[in-house]
Amino acid sequence: MSTYFAGNYDVAVIGAGHAGIEAALASARLGCKTAIFTINMDAVGNCPCNPSIGGTAKGHLVREIDALGGEMGKTADECFLQMRMLNLGKGPAVHSLRAQIDRRKYQDVMKHKLELCDNLDLRQAEITDIERNEDGTWTLTTRMLAQFVAKTVIIATGTYLGGKIFIGEVSFESGPDGVFPATFLGDSLRKLGIPTRRFKTGTPARVKKSTIALDKLEVQEGDNPPVPFSFDTESLGENKVVCHISYTNEDTKKIILDNIHRSPLYGGKIEGVGPRYCPSLEDKIVRFEHKERHQLFIEPCGLDTEEMYLQGMSSSLPEEVQLQFYHTIPGLENALIMRPAYAIEYDCIDPTSMNATLEFRDFEGLYGAGQFNGSSGYEEAAAQGLIAGINAAHKVQGKEPFVLDRASSYIGTLIDDLITKGANEPYRMMTSRSEYRLILRQDNADTRLTPLGYELGLISEDRWKRFNEKQELIKAELKRAKETVIPLSDELNDILVSRETSEVSNSIRLIELLKRPQLDYKALESVDLTRPDIPQSVFEQVEIAIKYDGYIKKQLAQVEQMRKLEVKILPSDTDYKELPGLRLEAQEKLNKIRPANIGQASRISGVSPADISVLLIWLAKKSHEKSQTEDNTDV
Amino acid sequence: MMNSTIAAISTAQGLGGIGVIRISGDDALKIADKVFVSLNEKKLCDQKGYTAHFGAVFFEGEKVDQCVATVFKAPLSYTGENVVELSCHGGTYVTKTVLRAVLDSGATPASAGEFTKRAFLNGKLDLTEAEAVMDIIGAKSNAAMRSALSVHEGALSKAINDVKEDLVMRAAHLCAWADYPEEDIPEIEFSSLKNALQLSKEKLNNLLLNYDKGKAIREGIDTVIVGRPNVGKSTLMNLITGYDKSIVTDIAGTTRDIVEETAVVKDITLHLSDTAGIRDADNMIEKIGVDKAKQRLSTAELIIAVFDMSSPLSEDDISILNDIKGSTCIAVINKEDLEPKLDIDKVKEVTENIVFMSAKAKTGVKEFEDILEKVAGTADFDSSSAVLSNERQRSLAKSAFNALDDAIVALDMGLTYDAVTVSLEDAISYLCELTGERVTETVVDNVFHQFCVGK
Repeated sequence: MSTYFAGNYDVAVIGAGHAGIEAALASARLGCKTAIFTINMDAVGNCPCNPSIGGTAKGHLVREIDALGGEMGKTADECFLQMRMLNLGKGPAVHSLRAQIDRRKYQDVMKHKLELCDNLDLRQAEITDIERNEDGTWTLTTRMLAQFVAKTVIIATGTYLGGKIFIGEVSFESGPDGVFPATFLGDSLRKLGIPTRRFKTGTPARVKKSTIALDKLEVQEGDNPPVPFSFDTESLGENKVVCHISYTNEDTKKIILDNIHRSPLYGGKIEGVGPRYCPSLEDKIVRFEHKERHQLFIEPCGLDTEEMYLQGMSSSLPEEVQLQFYHTIPGLENALIMRPAYAIEYDCIDPTSMNATLEFRDFEGLYGAGQFNGSSGYEEAAAQGLIAGINAAHKVQGKEPFVLDRASSYIGTLIDDLITKGANEPYRMMTSRSEYRLILRQDNADTRLTPLGYELGLISEDRWKRFNEKQELIKAELKRAKETVIPLSDELNDILVSRETSEVSNSIRLIELLKRPQLDYKALESVDLTRPDIPQSVFEQVEIAIKYDGYIKKQLAQVEQMRKLEVKILPSDTDYKELPGLRLEAQEKLNKIRPANIGQASRISGVSPADISVLLIWLAKKSHEKSQTEDNTDV
Repeated sequence: MMNSTIAAISTAQGLGGIGVIRISGDDALKIADKVFVSLNEKKLCDQKGYTAHFGAVFFEGEKVDQCVATVFKAPLSYTGENVVELSCHGGTYVTKTVLRAVLDSGATPASAGEFTKRAFLNGKLDLTEAEAVMDIIGAKSNAAMRSALSVHEGALSKAINDVKEDLVMRAAHLCAWADYPEEDIPEIEFSSLKNALQLSKEKLNNLLLNYDKGKAIREGIDTVIVGRPNVGKSTLMNLITGYDKSIVTDIAGTTRDIVEETAVVKDITLHLSDTAGIRDADNMIEKIGVDKAKQRLSTAELIIAVFDMSSPLSEDDISILNDIKGSTCIAVINKEDLEPKLDIDKVKEVTENIVFMSAKAKTGVKEFEDILEKVAGTADFDSSSAVLSNERQRSLAKSAFNALDDAIVALDMGLTYDAVTVSLEDAISYLCELTGERVTETVVDNVFHQFCVGK
């Protein structure tokens, strides 16, 4: 058998899941000749776990991807079944949008977008080997022995790489949903000198809708009206489905504990590290033994299917045990399991071996994104894919790297966490992970990132125009709020009393009223007579800016401090063992993580403020020496 | 960071005639004006550089001491920034109180080697000195870490830690409640949250008020005397402490294995521990004593290692030499009056600070004093680091107190909990700085410890 040459590309993306899709679309849209390889053409853009996009902090990521010109938000809008803005009432920093989506439709829409995209070839092939050529390009070999040469490669293999499914005592090599796994690429990477490790994740059973007693269960409705993810989507129409809620009980617990030895995790068969963020039901029961019941959500997988997803009930117990314990749950007494729950173990890498561009530090032109990098979740994957795709394209085109810092976005926070702290378990985004969360809100993702997306070339002129119009409206309304005086009236004081805030004895500026936590635009409608007819999203921006002004200013000051350190670049070839004054632990950590700048170095655990002082002095010395050498050359 | 205004005691600590508190940074003059009132009531802000002004320092409305304030204006100062040096009467109490007044007025405690760092970065030091400066910072940070470790054992750090843990629990609850809205996380109850924050705030306040009471803070150079049994440690200890009985105090609560005393030698305050003789012990109880001695060795700022001139170096002696390598230490070769059998070159490899004496015959005492003075006075021996690390704890506790106050104000105003959480996390992050943890990770870890969340 011999290989044959099959073509040249600027960017080759391995894997067409959520990371691969954003990577390929970004690179192709930036003008690079791009190939995206999928192991199975019917598995493009699959959601092998829950049929939903977004959720707390993940919803922020989707909005940010959209603001930068990515695709996830738009497609979720096109395929949505139900929208919910989570955390209303808990403050704008933690508002998060989540969509139930039609899973098959999402795949079809995404696949079609890939097919229609200029510069992009979607191909079915398992990549079995990648090799670096002497000229710095990469050769990719497929199982069918085709060879492609690419200037840059993005690996986004998800749970396919060395994938292995566990259901009780049964286990077999497999990607998600029974699609075959990528069996050879892992060895190729290890041969290249990239160590891999095993992570695990899992998914619950899908059960047949008509066998669930839905009428007995609590209903969860969507928002009215539903809000879209994309700043480009004008309106969504109505929610199409409802979800249902039920709970486990003592019987469920007993069955699980009686059979716990048959779990591959507790029986010691799985070596992979599972996420605390999505524990199986047996994990939850073992770790929180005192808890009487666990909640589950029953979510439709689509409009053209009877499959229902049981959120919260993932398991790797044997199929017969699954059947028993699912049947103890109210509403599921007679449920037919269409697909059993399973755990899946897969190969991934240590993300501290990467730069903030998601390029491997030691392998120029090789990038990674998504679960391959040690994260968990569709949204986390898509966010990384977008950044890897942009950077691979920039590399090909000789442009500057595109890096988002922690203060710019959840995307930046996600990547900084991965490359600085690494991941000992699949990494899930949470609002608690961002120290700047009052300014990194999902409602202002466009303000924060669309100018960057436009500069990159991923935002259309038309959208850019609309963006700027909205920004103008925000400015104008803020000005109006500062200048508008609301005259003293009984009506005004009635409103104030009804909102449990103190009455006024003089006329008062609108901005002063809006500063009060108890008041909002809506409450003041009848006394604010000069209010213009502008979109609700504009009022929202102005209201948040006014109410949280003090906090926003404080966080912006912290950001400024952080950014001062972020621009002090550390040379990538530094051997920290050679620097006097650094403590041993700091030397070792710095040599492992190889931070790009002082800011990143200061976030490494084990690097103390004194170590940072040492680095600052060393940098000052170096830059001084450099400028002296340059002076000499001039002479 | 670079622009914040820092302060520290910049004279060696003890009973010296003068103590100098140095303030450096953009706001140095403004901050000095908050604590210092000159005799002619003119503001330091309005004074020229290279001028000195007589007046007094005040703390919480009370006069602390008479003082001379020397003004340096950027870039003509040691650090290249605005600098004020407050020279007051020496002594731990006065200098510490002046430092505290300065810190409470907006300066942050200088970290190890920070003045030198700033001097360097502002081009005040020669380029060739860079590596030496890096070494000094490394050494100072090690010294600071040693005193932080010894402070760690203290009641203060335990109390601070208790407050931190309470706050982390609350923050984790708020985070779980926000990050897992659909899991059955208990609701946040306004009054219970407010009470908890109020309680923590009061605890911090009590800590700050009682800060100087008790034995939370220990002045002087944390010094340990080590040596194998019967080399004459106790005799040496008695010799040193016998200098001036009137200012030697016993510290209560010491272990029966380690005797602790404070002594003043040539105006240098030594906080002395005499340890159990270090040797490979078989006996369980003796082993505990030896372990404690070894632990003191790792936290002490100054080590006085005693060897016996009249016998060759034993395995235990060599193990001690290995332990003290790289530390600030003085080797005392005791029993110089007897026939010499010790290989002195081995000791010289570890330290150049060697004194020959006979504790029994009271010879070599003057030499010991001189060496001690030299060691305590060297540039990279930061004898004030213990006070400073205590002051840093206090300063961080105070910042945490203020942040908690912000959180409570936000709660009272009826602001949403995301804003309250941000202030609460600020408070935790100050307390975390003492241990080098990162607040977001600490809180996220606690979320998964406390709550069963995740789909």
